[in-house]
Amino acid sequence: MTGRRTLADREDVLGAAMLAPALAYVTVLVGVPFVFAIVLSFSDATAGSLHFGWAGLRNYAAILGDPIFLRALRNSAVVTVGSQVLVVILATAAAQVFRATFRGKRFARFVLLLPWAVPVSLAAIAWTWIFDSTFSVINWTLKAAGLLHGWLYWLGDPALALFAIIIVQAWRIFPFATLIVLAGLASIPQEIVEAAIVDGAGFWRRLFRIELPLLLPIFAVAVLFGVVYTATDLGVVYILTGGGPANTTHVLPTLAFQRGILGADLGQGAAIAVFLLPFLIVVAVAMLRLARRAEVGAR
Amino acid sequence: MKRVALYLAALGFTVFAGFPFYWMLITAFKRNSDLYVGASVTSHIPWIFNEPPTLEHVKLLLGQTDFPRWVLNTLLVVVAVVVITVAVAVPAGYSLARLAGRWGERLGMGIFFTYLIPPTLLFVPFARLVSLLGLQDSLGALILIYPTMTIPFCTWLVMGFLRSVPWEIEEQAMIDGYSRLGVILRVAPRLIVPGILTVVVFTFTLVLQEFVYALTFISSVGRMTVSLGVPIALVRGDVYHWGALMAAALFTSIPLAIVYNAFMDRFIHGFTMGAVKG
Repeated sequence: MTGRRTLADREDVLGAAMLAPALAYVTVLVGVPFVFAIVLSFSDATAGSLHFGWAGLRNYAAILGDPIFLRALRNSAVVTVGSQVLVVILATAAAQVFRATFRGKRFARFVLLLPWAVPVSLAAIAWTWIFDSTFSVINWTLKAAGLLHGWLYWLGDPALALFAIIIVQAWRIFPFATLIVLAGLASIPQEIVEAAIVDGAGFWRRLFRIELPLLLPIFAVAVLFGVVYTATDLGVVYILTGGGPANTTHVLPTLAFQRGILGADLGQGAAIAVFLLPFLIVVAVAMLRLARRAEVGAR
Repeated sequence: MKRVALYLAALGFTVFAGFPFYWMLITAFKRNSDLYVGASVTSHIPWIFNEPPTLEHVKLLLGQTDFPRWVLNTLLVVVAVVVITVAVAVPAGYSLARLAGRWGERLGMGIFFTYLIPPTLLFVPFARLVSLLGLQDSLGALILIYPTMTIPFCTWLVMGFLRSVPWEIEEQAMIDGYSRLGVILRVAPRLIVPGILTVVVFTFTLVLQEFVYALTFISSVGRMTVSLGVPIALVRGDVYHWGALMAAALFTSIPLAIVYNAFMDRFIHGFTMGAVKG
């Protein structure tokens, strides 16, 4: 009886027992597949058979000599950077608007959250319809306003399609970034702002000299999540363009899917996906640094 | 003057964010003869109902497509994944917050980082795993894989949530004679209920939104979830039924939007915990 009581009171045993299932799930179904993804990229495995042979660097040689892959790599970088620049600008401005009080703010906030709440695939299909080659409401509006004389094939022209993808990604992520920035603004001590006002600092001066520098860590969080969500997203490009026209708008995830799953070449699919790692490593290192700085700052 | 600028800016952001949803709404209830007028005809205004609205697309969606079935499939997956997530992540979060001591913080961070490993990196090895387990084209594959996304984030959420709950209640229970295990089983659950609610909501939204794994593992139309079936299987051949498509997108977005509106601040707190604490 006393033995059971001590076991029921030992925090280390209880702690380990309660943590074990989560740790096991994450290790077996995230850690192991993560390593396996890298191993697969050096193999000639296909989806059809269980055969598994060492292929060395052949997959990497194949994709690095493939103009479609190089284009996808470039597109991933362009879309990620382009959309995040837009997100930062939009979120900074939107946060300034939504910290003020105005009539209809509750409704405006509800609408602002919609792009973040709706499933990516459904938002993408709605945008596909908006960008439709025959019925695009954007073309109609530009034409009715007298701004467009020819015709814009949004998803049929490689440059326009990439631009459309950047717009949709920015649209999808800026509400999330706005809320993060708002949370950060709320955490700035009121005395600092008041002191600045007493000292005669105007809106722009307060924004650029006080708020943005203080918000830098939280902006970093917003951008880091934004980078992960954009660089690794498959749905927007898959539904909007399917990588077309003529494989010009692929990003790494859609190309990995096309080669690895649809083409059944698991090895090459894995090798393409591995090129997402640099994006993620940069993000992870930056997050760790931020967390450490926050820890030091809190003490 | 300043107020005017503020309202204009607020209006601008609202229009940009909400425009695709307005477009879903108007498309879902427009007659085909009003809908399919080329955009080069500038005399026909596409922004408004030029003819009376119709329910024909909604009837098509609910009566002649697999949409109702996808809703059921999605709910089934939601329930299973919620059960797994709550059973695994809530004890883990408690352990990290209350029992693990100094290494709890580090370990919690480590678990949270696995949340950043994206489906698009893991879908290739998972394709192999799922076929080894004989789960291809089955909802079982989704029920097995989705907790890899919900457990890390929810463990982190519960840990953060418990940090804000005072320790005194549990301490008092121990003084009253409960064992440590007794506190965990009898006292702690009541304290964690709001945290569990957040976990359930997060899991619900994630399952509704997930597209990559569903696309990879599910090929039969009858086994699809909403976010997969609507964009992939509602398109018949080359014919897009835009009215029905937009109705489906709208019906799925509304519950999610309501839930998000209520819970967003808690999720945001989870995302920013590292950067604004203290």
